[in-house]
Amino acid sequence: MLEFLKSPIQTVQGFFILAGQALRNIIRTPHYSQDIFLQMDIIGVGSLPIVILTGFFSGAVLALQMSRALSEYGQVGRTGQVVAITLVRELGPVLTALMVAGRNSSGIASELGSMKVTEQIDAMRALGTDPVQKLVTPRLIATCTVLPLLTVIADFIGMFGGSVVAAMINIPATQYWTSVWRALGWSDVVQGLMKPFCFAFAIALVGCYYGLSTTGGTQGVGRATTQAVVVASVLVFVLTFFITKIFVSGVVNL
Amino acid sequence: MTPDSPPVLKFEHVTVSFDGQVALDDVSFEVREGDSRILFGAAGSGKTVLLKASLGLTRPDSGRIFVFGQDITLLKESQLSDIRSKVGMLFQESALFDSMTIEENVAYPLFNQKAIHCEAAEGRQKVVDALRFVELENTLAKFPSELSGGMRRRAAIARAVVTGPPLLLYDSPTAGLDPITANNIIALIVKARDASRTTTLMVTHRYQDGNLVAKFRYNLEDGRLEHVAGRDPGFDASTRFMVFREGRLVFDGTQRELEESSDPYISKFVLKRD
Ligand SMILES: Nc1ncnc2c1ncn2[C@@H]1O[C@H](COP(=O)(O)OP(=O)(O)OP(=O)(O)O)[C@@H](O)[C@H]1O
Ligand SMILES: [Mg+2]
Repeated sequence: MLEFLKSPIQTVQGFFILAGQALRNIIRTPHYSQDIFLQMDIIGVGSLPIVILTGFFSGAVLALQMSRALSEYGQVGRTGQVVAITLVRELGPVLTALMVAGRNSSGIASELGSMKVTEQIDAMRALGTDPVQKLVTPRLIATCTVLPLLTVIADFIGMFGGSVVAAMINIPATQYWTSVWRALGWSDVVQGLMKPFCFAFAIALVGCYYGLSTTGGTQGVGRATTQAVVVASVLVFVLTFFITKIFVSGVVNL
Repeated sequence: MTPDSPPVLKFEHVTVSFDGQVALDDVSFEVREGDSRILFGAAGSGKTVLLKASLGLTRPDSGRIFVFGQDITLLKESQLSDIRSKVGMLFQESALFDSMTIEENVAYPLFNQKAIHCEAAEGRQKVVDALRFVELENTLAKFPSELSGGMRRRAAIARAVVTGPPLLLYDSPTAGLDPITANNIIALIVKARDASRTTTLMVTHRYQDGNLVAKFRYNLEDGRLEHVAGRDPGFDASTRFMVFREGRLVFDGTQRELEESSDPYISKFVLKRD
């Protein structure tokens, strides 16, 4: 029984140690700002096409489904409202995070994993560089900066996707956008930005953790990559539940 | 060099294990300044672990390791940077950074170690010199993936020697290379050793490598290796051989003692002349 629990507990412990080191390094020198910008480019700009595509189609499909459901109550006019709230509060952050998790948790895990199995991490330590400072912290900062931005973009593109569908089912554009605008309150915006920020921690740190703990050659890199994507994606759902719970139960009042 | 200067590297009953599996088992030895050590041993006998432990990359379970007279066993990662800046290491798989060019790789130790202060222009000159030393001065802008295995090995040697460290550790510098390239690399190692009396540890699978290091000296005047074995007793005594078996140090002695050993495991590493 204890043996069975040992490895997950060690994983969680290792994860939190890495998180602590990465956070502590934010305020420590040396700062590798070049690496931060490089990662922002890879994670942010690189994810833009898939984020735009998923944003557009999730907004569009949302409008399709909701307008049909709402038409049963004669409320087709409120399609914009439902689309906006669902996107900003939930679907925008979660779908964007899932896309970035699939793309970048795996990318980070495989990159650091290959560095681990080819002794580059050891070489880095031997040459006087802390691998957490040089590799983990820049990826964490970059992900935490770009994921909220990507989410905002996905939200807007999603609303635009909804408006295309709305036009197809003869909802006037002004009506659609007015109901979108009216629907959103500050609490939705805060929730919609806090979620990606928390997801970013999970995505970056899970990728780095599995990458740095890779053992067993190239096969191990494959394993680390898969695990990173699975764990990061599941964490996104777990986190969104708890953050929503906090907002729904009114712990945060806005 | 005084006879009672502290050994450059000293292991005292060092044991290292991974998940209960012993990789180094009660290993003790010491290496004096300017000496060379050749490490033999079957795959998995703990040679790489020994080199990594010398740098504090792997921590011993018990025993103590001294580098330049300082006990590194209990040092924290951040306290090790001083010692590490005085040791150059060639990793078994070269371990060049994939994302950097050869020039950036070789420059890395100069600009990233706290104990080493280096101006940009001076650093660049050192990088070019180190790459010329390994005859790779035309590959500055290339990435490691664009080089052959032997070239990568040489670039990694340049990165190890660029700071002029007094202790150099080479992990299997000739593994998987053709005999010509392998001999060139050993010549570089001898050259690096004799140009500045560097203490050298070298892991290898080829007996010829050890033989070259033990019998030849780099002549600074005419820039070639010369056979000096038997003519300078001090030189003959400066190279010793060690053989590892399943984590244990089973032989530690001179080349003659190694060649005369009747132990079947040890004599397998000796190239028979008859
Ligand atoms: N990071 C590690 N985790 C777990 N076990 C390890 C690790 N590093 C080495 N070992 C084990 O330690 C033992 C010694 O390995 P080491 O790499 O030192 O062998 P070696 O003598 O260098 O072999 P080779 O000649 O093949 O390079 C092996 O049994 C290996 O499985
Ligand atoms: Mg090895």
